[in-house]
Amino acid sequence: MQKLKLVMIGNGMAGVRTLEELLALTPSRYDITVFGEEPHPNYNRILLSPVLAGEQTVQDIILNPLEWYAEQGITLHLGKKVVKIDRKKRVVYAADGTEAEYDRLLMATGSKPFILPVPGKDLPGVISYRDIHDTEQMLAAARQYRHAVVIGGGLLGLEAANGLMLQGMSVTVVHLGEWLLERQLDKVAGQLLQQSLEQRGLRFALQAQTAALLAGESGRVSAVQLKDGTELAADLVVMAVGIRPNTELAESCGLYCNRGIVVNDTLQTFDPRIYAVGECVNHRGIAYGLVAPLYEQARVCANHLAGWGYGRYVGSVLSTKLKVTGIDLFSAGDFMGGDGHEEITLSDPVGGVYKKLVLKGDKLVGACLYGDTADGAWYFRLLKDEQPIGEIRDHLMWGENNLGDTGHAGENKAAAMADEAEVCGCNGVRKITIVKAIREKGLTTLDEVKKHTKASGSCGSCAGLCEQILMNVLGSSFDATPKTKTVCGCTDRNHQEVRDAIREHHLVSIPQTMQFLEWRTPNGCATCRPALNYYLIATWPGEARDDPQSRFINERAHANIQKDGTYSVVPRMWGGVTNASELRRIADVTDKYRIPLVKVTGGQRIDLLGVKKEDLVNVWRDLDMPSGHAYGKSLRTVKTCVGSEFCRFGTQDSTQMGIDLEHDLFGMWSPHKVKLAVSGCPRNCAESGIKDVGVIGVDSGWELYVGGNGGIKTEVAQFFAKVASHAEVLEYSGAFLQLYREEAFYLERTVHYLHRVGLEHTKQRVVADADNRKALYARLKYALSFEQDPWAERIQGEQKHEFEALPA
Amino acid sequence: MSHWKKVCLLTEIPPLGARVIQHPQGDIAVFRNADDEVFALEDRCPHKGGPLSQGIVYGKTVACPLHGWQIGLECGTAAAPDEGCARRYAVRLEGNAVLLNTEAAA
Ligand SMILES: Cc1cc2nc3c(=O)[nH]c(=O)nc-3n(C[C@H](O)[C@H](O)[C@H](O)COP(=O)(O)OP(=O)(O)OC[C@H]3O[C@@H](n4cnc5c(N)ncnc54)[C@H](O)[C@@H]3O)c2cc1C
Ligand code: HEM
Ligand code: SF4
Ligand code: FES
Repeated sequence: MQKLKLVMIGNGMAGVRTLEELLALTPSRYDITVFGEEPHPNYNRILLSPVLAGEQTVQDIILNPLEWYAEQGITLHLGKKVVKIDRKKRVVYAADGTEAEYDRLLMATGSKPFILPVPGKDLPGVISYRDIHDTEQMLAAARQYRHAVVIGGGLLGLEAANGLMLQGMSVTVVHLGEWLLERQLDKVAGQLLQQSLEQRGLRFALQAQTAALLAGESGRVSAVQLKDGTELAADLVVMAVGIRPNTELAESCGLYCNRGIVVNDTLQTFDPRIYAVGECVNHRGIAYGLVAPLYEQARVCANHLAGWGYGRYVGSVLSTKLKVTGIDLFSAGDFMGGDGHEEITLSDPVGGVYKKLVLKGDKLVGACLYGDTADGAWYFRLLKDEQPIGEIRDHLMWGENNLGDTGHAGENKAAAMADEAEVCGCNGVRKITIVKAIREKGLTTLDEVKKHTKASGSCGSCAGLCEQILMNVLGSSFDATPKTKTVCGCTDRNHQEVRDAIREHHLVSIPQTMQFLEWRTPNGCATCRPALNYYLIATWPGEARDDPQSRFINERAHANIQKDGTYSVVPRMWGGVTNASELRRIADVTDKYRIPLVKVTGGQRIDLLGVKKEDLVNVWRDLDMPSGHAYGKSLRTVKTCVGSEFCRFGTQDSTQMGIDLEHDLFGMWSPHKVKLAVSGCPRNCAESGIKDVGVIGVDSGWELYVGGNGGIKTEVAQFFAKVASHAEVLEYSGAFLQLYREEAFYLERTVHYLHRVGLEHTKQRVVADADNRKALYARLKYALSFEQDPWAERIQGEQKHEFEALPA
Repeated sequence: MSHWKKVCLLTEIPPLGARVIQHPQGDIAVFRNADDEVFALEDRCPHKGGPLSQGIVYGKTVACPLHGWQIGLECGTAAAPDEGCARRYAVRLEGNAVLLNTEAAA
């Protein structure tokens, strides 16, 4: 098949990202030609500020070196401005006469700085701040001259002013507004910012309007004259008063523009052969000026250019962060508040900390932080996900629920960490490594950081820190994750959509589900297949067949794989109770199969470690005990204390309660692992407070707690219900877990599920509604009726091939 | 002399699964994908030696069971940004029989 011709105009961040996404989807659909007006390959424009501040060089910020274009077979015309598009003939022409035909055209011409129409605007020494050329001019001026005036106290202006000051110039910022960054900060925070910038040596003229730029004897600009007559000395004037979508070329060929090239949700313009992305675009009335939303556009546009034909861009929520080293501010959403909004503020002017959160109903709609932005990423996520925050409102201001307790030496503020400090304790990743990867590889999302550096890739405890680092390096709008996350790269559906479709359309197999939901890959990947397998068997027990090949090895082999490829075997000891005969068999098995380590687990049972795979079935046979499911997203253990049978404090027979719960739930698969505990009195020796379901005996019955977790981030279980009888403990616990099984997303622990849906939601359905509780419990019992002891089945010969190696 | 040896039948490998061949040079993983193609790699992940035969197979890729590196079944190389390569072995189908040649590189 002959390749289609794709021409791209504008060799900037949004355009090149679109090409990268496109090439990942279909490497060979197009012959690609790129025109760039600047003489440089694609570079990271947002890092011009550190270049100006002398913290990085131009070489450091190149994103796609020339070799990249060559490797991808892209014809690159650098330093060539396209001046004409003939849409009938489908040809573009550059100023130097170079032309190129297209089948599809991608416009990514970015934006142009707005130049104030004042006398003297064309004088030498008056520039804007947009590209490498401008930055070099500023650096050159700083070497030669003393006085600079920056017009505009927005993000760009302040970053320019800060950079010029660090280059040794004396800088005044002229700003029309009442306070700095009035589009990003409220007045209090704006004034705090001004104070600390003044302390560093910047000067400000606020509520000041520029009247004219005056020339000196040399013909170069020498002063800025304000409306009130004041004159400010200036050998360099930087205009940073805003940007306008660069639509000159688009308009000249008759493409419909209105403050930007108008596109639909697929990034297609009014000419179906022409797509547009980036700052030059007007999407649903908005022209975005930050990288993250543009990258989202790029992803969708690539999807359509590749001919996949689905995926929509529906707009983005933005956040802002000023990239001036040592100044910490963050804002997102509707941070001004007003009628119908509530505000929570914390103000510590001496400590230089100010926080304002704006709420509407039970949602967070805006945040403005100054001095301490560690929780910015968290607030931004709450805001984007529109999470109900009613239940966490009291401690919302204290932030931080996304950080684990362990693995990063108690650090919770990325900005304060030394470059060499370890962020990810699992994979030994230092802060500087992450910062470098973000800069050099142009990363913008947590997922990318995870992939490239491995940080937060194992236990995830440091994910919050990594997010903060991203935010600090990238400045504005660091994370472009779409509102709800897709299951994986194989699909655009999120977990909720998949679960709904499986239930509503009665899908019972993985291939059927993938076909129905238009999976992009023929048989998924290691992320989506286990999730689908769980959703199917949890939704249609007895109908959907379990697919061992879609389970992680532990659940396929029914044992835990160890780092050397051997396995561990943990037989079930109901309620942590064993006897002489079981112990004797364990001892015999240990000798017979030369098992190197026998260990008591944290879940009150015994672990045999280092078993060879070929021995597994024989070990199980000789043990003659059921599987402990220590390897599964399933019921793990029910820990118990001795309780009233022996303990002098005991009020209830916690041991028997635990044994009965464990029998009642045996074989239960769940979105993630599930652990229970039963204590016989509030002294709580079985540690019920950190379990998915924790039961505590009291004189008058039992208290149930849910959503506890003792792992990465210790979470205390919350009170769920008080019941009188043993039978009720079984029913309430089972019904709660069935609700979790039906509603949670794969790999969501109970605590995270509860964070998402709210404890109240589960109480309504389990505690308040007796009929629903009974129905849930009945559905659980029905599902469990199909589950048998997996070890016993394998002793009978099931899945034999899994455990036998072949001779060569 | 032919070095091709029959190691098993195609039907003895589960679709989207693998079997382990015990070989004096070290275990070899023989994979079968959804299209009934077979691939053979040394059963050692280039990352930290994880047994690739135990991973989840999809497309022409296996995800290592230990830390999830994605290893191409045809080339043995790890998908970017990870770097590394597992040794490939020549393997082919003759009817239902899976033939392995440990002398020739694939
Ligand atoms: C100093 C500075 C700091 C910034 N800081 C941040 C930040 O912290 N966070 C953030 O999210 N964003 C920041 N931004 C904004 C961000 O850089 C832009 O949103 C982003 O680069 C826009 O990407 P784009 O591809 O739409 O346009 P660009 O990257 O501007 O690319 C457009 C390219 O098209 C070329 N072009 C235009 N017309 C033609 C033509 N006719 N023929 C050929 N080529 C043409 C231009 O020369 C340009 O190279 C910053 C911008 C600047 C200038
Ligand atoms: C609701 C109305 C419409 C929608 C949602 C729509 C959407 C689309 C989409 C998604 C494509 C695919 C682009 C691609 O291959 O990348 C496309 C292509 C196209 N559309 Fe439409 N379209 C609509 C109406 C029209 C109308 C009314 C016309 C003409 C009168 C038209 C003319 C075309 C042409 C010619 C193409 C092919 C362009 C090419 O090959 O590059 N479309 N449209
Ligand atoms: S929790 Fe209470 S009943 Fe159980 S062992 Fe401790 S003190 Fe005794
Ligand atoms: S050993 Fe294979 S991913 Fe680590």
